[in-house]
Amino acid sequence: MLGFVVQRAFQAFVVMVVMSMIVFVGVYAVGNPVDIVIPPDATQAMRAEAIHRLGLDLPLWQQYGVFVWRLLHGDFGRSFVYNMPVLDLIGGRLPATLELVLISILFATGVGVSLGVYAGVRPSGLVAKSIMGLSILGFSVPSFWVGLILILTFAVSLGWLPAGGRGETVEVFGVPWSFLTLDGLGHIVLPALNLALFKMAMMIRLARAGTREAMLSDTVKFARAAGISEGTILRRHVLKLISIPIITVFGLELGSTVAFAVVTETIFSWPGIGKLIIDSIGVLDRPVMVAYLVLTALLFVMINFTVDLVFAAIDPRVRSGKTRT
Amino acid sequence: MTEILSAAPAPASPLRLFWREFRRNRLATAALAVTVALALLAAFAPLVAPQNPYDLAHLSLADARRPPGYLGTGGYVYLLGTDPQGRDLLSAILYGLRVSVEIGLAAGCIALTIGATFGVLAAYAGGWIETLIMRAVDLQLSFPAILLALVLAALLGQGKAQLVTALVAAQYAYFARTAYGAAAAERRKDYIEAAMATPLGAGRVVFRHLLPNCAPPLIVVATVQIASSISLEATLSFLGLGLPVTEPSLGMLISNGFPYMMSGRYWISVYPGLMLILLIMAINIVGDQVRDQLNPRLRR
Repeated sequence: MLGFVVQRAFQAFVVMVVMSMIVFVGVYAVGNPVDIVIPPDATQAMRAEAIHRLGLDLPLWQQYGVFVWRLLHGDFGRSFVYNMPVLDLIGGRLPATLELVLISILFATGVGVSLGVYAGVRPSGLVAKSIMGLSILGFSVPSFWVGLILILTFAVSLGWLPAGGRGETVEVFGVPWSFLTLDGLGHIVLPALNLALFKMAMMIRLARAGTREAMLSDTVKFARAAGISEGTILRRHVLKLISIPIITVFGLELGSTVAFAVVTETIFSWPGIGKLIIDSIGVLDRPVMVAYLVLTALLFVMINFTVDLVFAAIDPRVRSGKTRT
Repeated sequence: MTEILSAAPAPASPLRLFWREFRRNRLATAALAVTVALALLAAFAPLVAPQNPYDLAHLSLADARRPPGYLGTGGYVYLLGTDPQGRDLLSAILYGLRVSVEIGLAAGCIALTIGATFGVLAAYAGGWIETLIMRAVDLQLSFPAILLALVLAALLGQGKAQLVTALVAAQYAYFARTAYGAAAAERRKDYIEAAMATPLGAGRVVFRHLLPNCAPPLIVVATVQIASSISLEATLSFLGLGLPVTEPSLGMLISNGFPYMMSGRYWISVYPGLMLILLIMAINIVGDQVRDQLNPRLRR
């Protein structure tokens, strides 16, 4: 087990090094960031001074070295545009993304699993067919278009909910949260629903497939023979049987929901890190782009590492590495 | 032709049997018809579209943002209304469809070629080549495609070739995984062992024997991935990371209409979106049916 952990940890480390290089070199290739921080009518001397101050006159490998050194000390540099430390900038935006992602993934799991279990228990009913239709729709329709339709319907036509922003926030331990105020909750409904739809479609499929299989298992047969009511069987036994794949996917999807939040945040002007990265790409704010990409990569590497370890703890075959196809 | 065949069905080719089974699913048949119709519309957009949306001489700003059914200054009725530049929306959608299909097909086919090459190579060669390729592929699959495409599109800049590159890089791994899975299973079968025992060249064994037998799962993944690259392209264009504004795809058209939606001018975004969904859903339904038919586990 220890060997496996060390091997996976080393792999994760290599991935991070490769990712940081790709990101750094890639971002370096995009335009000249000096043009953004200095006014167009600046003199040649001012320009040279700015280039020197930002460290843009050093060779690429040296800039990378400085970058990694700072990274290891938790210093991602200063944003060219906001003129503040990138880490503070991202830290300030993080709560907005976190609450959006968590609310939508909890919603997707709660509703998706309930609908999926129902569709799995009565697979041939009309309701089950409509649920599956909904899930196909959730897979096929691009999420940005769903966002537009949500805005058009609930914000523009009906006027029930606001179309963008975070609304009123409450500070808890110095961090602003939207979901604690009624106004903020109103603001979060549409973006969370938008972000949740795709995951919900997936949860429905997973839960339905799992339930159909579980309903045929000996556990359920014996429970029925013992005279336990269908409702109790579903809650006590079926839910337990289907929970492992659902928890796995829940963990894996946490990361990809953060990635998808880029789209949702842009549509609903939600001031999280997703909107920050799109805005930063637009104005070539290099330190912000690099920091976002490296941190997201780190998030994914950590999630994958954890999932690998959990699997290895549950299933000894994974540890030997013999079952990989 | 079909009547004769149904009268004497003895010599039926696998392809014909496949088609016969496919036709039994009405929804899938309808979806196939829609897919083919949209592909034809995309291919012949310049002939079908009532107006050339790129021809600036025909555009007048007086006709901009008009609702569907508006009678324009030139005496022309805009069936689906006009966009912010005064383009006929119907024509813009047909041209946008052309761009979207073009990008989706190009990205899908290139990703298929590259992915299948890597996957089959890994399965055939084995050893460190296998380890290297499949580790890289697995690694990439642990990141969501949208994130990779987003990063690459941002790094490479705007343009058709750049966008296709970003989409291919984000999607080839799915093909590589599928091709590897199929090829690794075929590789152990006797006919491949037998072919390798003959003095035939490795290339001949791979291309004439191994690859054709890996085709079914690859076809399924290809349909799904073409649909998803069309969707991905639309998303990137919507975020402003895809194509330049001069050649709007469906995603770009939707993005152009977004600012006007708040004031109730829904048609500029909604109609291109409906076209996009119709296209993606039709391809997905066809893909689902093909997958079910090719899946040996669902065979009775």
